[in-house]
Amino acid sequence: MAKEYETVIGLEVHVELATKTKIFCGCSTQFGGAPNSHTCPVCTGMPGSLPVLNKQVVEYAVAVGLAANCKITQYCKFDRKNYFYPDNPQNYQISQLYLPICRDGYVEIETTDESGEACSKKIGIHEIHMEEDAGKLIHDDWEGCALVDYNRSGVPLIEIVSEPDMRSADEVIAYLEKLRLLIQYLGASDCKLQEGSMRADVNLSVRERGAREFGTRTEMKNLNSFRSIARAIEGERQRQIDLLESGEAVIQETRRWDDARETSYAMRSKEDAQDYRYFPDPDLVPVYIDDAWIERIRNSQPEFREAKRKRYREEYDIPDYDIEIITGSKHMADIFEATIACGAAPKKVSNWLMVETLRLLKEREEDPEDIAFSPEHLAKLIRLTEEKVINSTVAKEVFEEMFRADIDPEEYVTEKGLKMVSDDGALRSVVEEVIAANPQSVEDYRNGKEKAIGFLVGQTMKAMKGKADPGTVNALLKELL
Amino acid sequence: MKIADYTAVELSEQIKQGRVTVKEALDAVFEQIDCTEEAIHCYVTIDRERAYRQAQEVQKKIDAGELTGPLAGVPFAIKDNLCTEGMLTTCSSKILENFVPTYSAEAVKRLEAAGAVVIGKTNMDEFAMGSTTETSYFGITRNPRNTEHVPGGSSGGSAAAVAAGECFAALGSDTGGSIRQPASYCGVVGMKPTYGTVSRYGLIAYGSSLDQIGPLTKDVRDCAAILEVIAGEDKKDSTSMKREDTNFTEALVDDVKGMRIGIPRDYFGEGLDPEVKQAVLAAAKVLEERGALVEEFDLSLVEYAIPTYYTIAAAEASSNLERFDGVKYGYRAPVDDLHPMYKKTRSEGFGAEVKRRIMLGSFVLSSGYYDAYYLKALRVKALIKKAFDEAFAKYDVILGPVAPTTAPRLGESLADPIKMYLGDIYTISVNLAGLPGISIPCGTDSKGLPIGLQLIGDCFREKNLIRAAFTAEKALQEERR
Repeated sequence: MAKEYETVIGLEVHVELATKTKIFCGCSTQFGGAPNSHTCPVCTGMPGSLPVLNKQVVEYAVAVGLAANCKITQYCKFDRKNYFYPDNPQNYQISQLYLPICRDGYVEIETTDESGEACSKKIGIHEIHMEEDAGKLIHDDWEGCALVDYNRSGVPLIEIVSEPDMRSADEVIAYLEKLRLLIQYLGASDCKLQEGSMRADVNLSVRERGAREFGTRTEMKNLNSFRSIARAIEGERQRQIDLLESGEAVIQETRRWDDARETSYAMRSKEDAQDYRYFPDPDLVPVYIDDAWIERIRNSQPEFREAKRKRYREEYDIPDYDIEIITGSKHMADIFEATIACGAAPKKVSNWLMVETLRLLKEREEDPEDIAFSPEHLAKLIRLTEEKVINSTVAKEVFEEMFRADIDPEEYVTEKGLKMVSDDGALRSVVEEVIAANPQSVEDYRNGKEKAIGFLVGQTMKAMKGKADPGTVNALLKELL
Repeated sequence: MKIADYTAVELSEQIKQGRVTVKEALDAVFEQIDCTEEAIHCYVTIDRERAYRQAQEVQKKIDAGELTGPLAGVPFAIKDNLCTEGMLTTCSSKILENFVPTYSAEAVKRLEAAGAVVIGKTNMDEFAMGSTTETSYFGITRNPRNTEHVPGGSSGGSAAAVAAGECFAALGSDTGGSIRQPASYCGVVGMKPTYGTVSRYGLIAYGSSLDQIGPLTKDVRDCAAILEVIAGEDKKDSTSMKREDTNFTEALVDDVKGMRIGIPRDYFGEGLDPEVKQAVLAAAKVLEERGALVEEFDLSLVEYAIPTYYTIAAAEASSNLERFDGVKYGYRAPVDDLHPMYKKTRSEGFGAEVKRRIMLGSFVLSSGYYDAYYLKALRVKALIKKAFDEAFAKYDVILGPVAPTTAPRLGESLADPIKMYLGDIYTISVNLAGLPGISIPCGTDSKGLPIGLQLIGDCFREKNLIRAAFTAEKALQEERR
């Protein structure tokens, strides 16, 4: 009889913090500069340079820790992790091993129990520590050499280490979604997996259902989408079960996921594991986080998703589904609220976000975090339609332009001459022309074919280049016929 | 009086009064260098052109009344582990044989801002590891008082340059006695300030938690004047401290009445040369005659200082020196593959003593040994600090020898590294406890080699040291007459 296996998963999640400057120097963290243009003696490991901690990194780490119900280590230190690699200019990474800034927390996720019932589950957070990112190696095959770009060197990261509390890919995704939302709501990071501002390493083992001991685990790296995480978990689970079924042992090792081939390969085994010779960094003084500082951070925590959801239900007459989508992105929720604050009706704002915004995001393969139009402009657009300055077809066209380049809809409509023609005389003469030009349709309508009027409305709108209110046209036609 | 015979402060006074020009001061120094440098070899780099260029600017500012401080126009030598913008900075190592920094150490910047003129970089033990200046890749430095003897180390080049008149004052660094011991061997004044008093930014680190920059000078007045200029908080060094009491020249008072001076019996036991002992106790007597309250006491734990120091300093050094890997700057062995390149570069680039300490440091930090060696050493360090705290509850100043002997003959020390390490016994506790210490000449032995008197103060109490040293210096000069 086939044995039943249980998957045990723990995650190490790296999140790049949204500070303007690096963790130990004043260099910019901005993406996309020319190689080594965001560098200085400190982040390139020049002799005699010294690190100085960016306080904002501590603030963000504490904020994330509090949101994840962690205990804050009030006396915390940085340690050096020693290993030689050219992307690491000092040949040690400044990280935290002995006294990480946060410990013993949890986040709650929605999952299903063994009988398939929906339930919530706590995923333990073992610790959160602060550290610096490394530079980037660029291999020049043409010249046959490798070059180093230290622009990313010293960009602040937090690593969130979970307990081995997850049992399926769904739980892993739910946990990551939860973390992503918490952190986005805090403004501590944009958490984009594709761009690497959120990275997850999966520690996975399998064991016979009911067993008390954990099996031997492997660590999977290079997972850069929820899809590849789910695939990698399924693949690794099966690989380990196959090994056990054929009487072989799982080897503790680090594996690298190959997204294109949807398979993984071993990078290094435990035997090759390096001795990092961690010790407290003598160049940095211990960080003391007093009660007042923690309270200040706690008091400036934003309204998180659960609270927002509840408030939206109470305050706005919009469907639960819309609330889910809107609160699923802090950025979208911010736009939603700001647009309402400009005087737009919640229902209308929600419609623009749910239909046109989501459609365009999907078309452009972007995240809600990438939305760039300003709430004032959306509110203006809504007002223009309400006041019948433009009709809905024109509004969609204007919205697309707004989505693309955040144009001011009012100016745009005026410049492009998109306002509806409300001048009764002008419209009337066009309608008369249409009636004269389409005797057959007029005949049909008079013979009781109600539908024929639709054709006449269409012809009129065409002649007006869309700048008429279809309702007004309809009424005028009826009157004249 | 010849220009070369002035102290730094006297020279600056002459320059400010228009009796000597900065150029003439440089001429005098370079004349001396032409005379003695070949025999003594104080410098790794001498940059006459840069010095004369700087001198012109300084002279202009002095003439315009913009530079009025006690160091304006004074030619200085800088230890070669302090970065100097645009000037070779080698740490007396092959691995940095071609390294030209793009920035100056904060201490050098402050000196230059005060009108000091840097003439060159002084020889040292490679990466400050050694007590004789014999581990330099660029050849040994000889003691100007007797060229068959070592000048001490690691700031041997700086001490010798001051003693030989090849500069008016110099900066050195002191990790375990590297300023005080060569000052003692060469018969000049050398001071290691309280840890955190002088910014370490731009000092190429050996043992980061112990390293301090300090002056080597002809007399105590110069020493106080320089310390006053280079001391102060620096935002680029997290371990530097904000201090209000850095007006050290105010402590140049010829009066020790009522000052409580403790003499640790532990510093006068086995291994101490009788001639050194006699000279040091005679100096204590002189202070007592001038009103100081002198008594003997037991400091305790002295025998643990050496193993503690060599554990902590080597551990930090093993990590600090990782950045010298042939990738970014310095010497690179011509090997194609990465790891063989690392190995060959570091094998060829570092000398024997440096490699010995890197190995020792890597060992004490490695997994399984960390607790037994590194952590234990940190605990002993805390106990040593406590022993000093207790002593300073009773005494204002602790008095003892700097080194067990006068300067050894060339070649004697390297043959027996353990013996060389033991020679640091009276100086290293001061670094472990973060205390200030000063060495002033207190006589010569029967061979005419200088003997140094060490005064140790409580943290931030440099003024006690300066006062006691100033008084002793005057008294001893009188005695000699």
